[in-house]
Amino acid sequence: MTQSTARVKVPATAAKGEIVEIKTTIGHDMESGQRKDKDGNPIPRKIINKFLCTFNGKEIFRSDWYPAISANPYLSFFMRATETGRFEFAWTDDDGSVAKATADITVG
Amino acid sequence: MNDTSRMAVTRRRFIVAGGGAAVALTCLTVTGGSAWATPAEMEEAINTLIGGVSPRAGRIRLKAPPIAEDGNVVPLTVSVDSAMTAEDHVRKIHILTEENPWPRACTFLLGPQNGRAEVSTRVRLIKGQSVVALAEMNDGSVYRATAAIKVTVGGCGG
Repeated sequence: MTQSTARVKVPATAAKGEIVEIKTTIGHDMESGQRKDKDGNPIPRKIINKFLCTFNGKEIFRSDWYPAISANPYLSFFMRATETGRFEFAWTDDDGSVAKATADITVG
Repeated sequence: MNDTSRMAVTRRRFIVAGGGAAVALTCLTVTGGSAWATPAEMEEAINTLIGGVSPRAGRIRLKAPPIAEDGNVVPLTVSVDSAMTAEDHVRKIHILTEENPWPRACTFLLGPQNGRAEVSTRVRLIKGQSVVALAEMNDGSVYRATAAIKVTVGGCGG
């Protein structure tokens, strides 16, 4: 099942130089590859293995994930607000598909 | 460098694939000790990651519940004392587990643009164990913090 239920939370406005928290979550089973189905066949690994956040086209934060990351991965981090612009978020699945989300912030 | 290309524990993967570990359908728990990594294997993974640098104590904190009721969702926060300036900042944060099937849990790449070196995530713990956070600084130094976490319901519903 392909799920794309990304949610992001960033402040709508910030003062220049303010450090803002960015919270993200996405619905995903994060199938670890460790489990077996009821017939004893291994369930193949299928996780989100990369997370990327850009701001106005420039990378500001990136993460590599392994099967230890919980289902429906939650992640929060910070950014120093310097200008008005758009965050773009991308979660890359083992199958190559990419879920995306955006958020805008006004700085000034 | 592409961090995900460095899957240091392919041997572990092989063992897991061939070990015939019995796993319940509704949880991630692997029963059967052969599929678990060991603290020594975690140290090996750490060495591979940081290239033989000796990690120091201090500057990094790993906030974790001392007792996690649900091993499927254990909240972790890593924070590093750093001004996050061009001269002094955190480049990478790693989280590793001692006894999960794979030692590596996640890696974060950050820099001065982040302003604050703090990240929060949620991990699975197959059983009670120690979790390690590493911070790689821009000057090449590495700081290390460890948290021992007890797991009430070990990754699985029983």
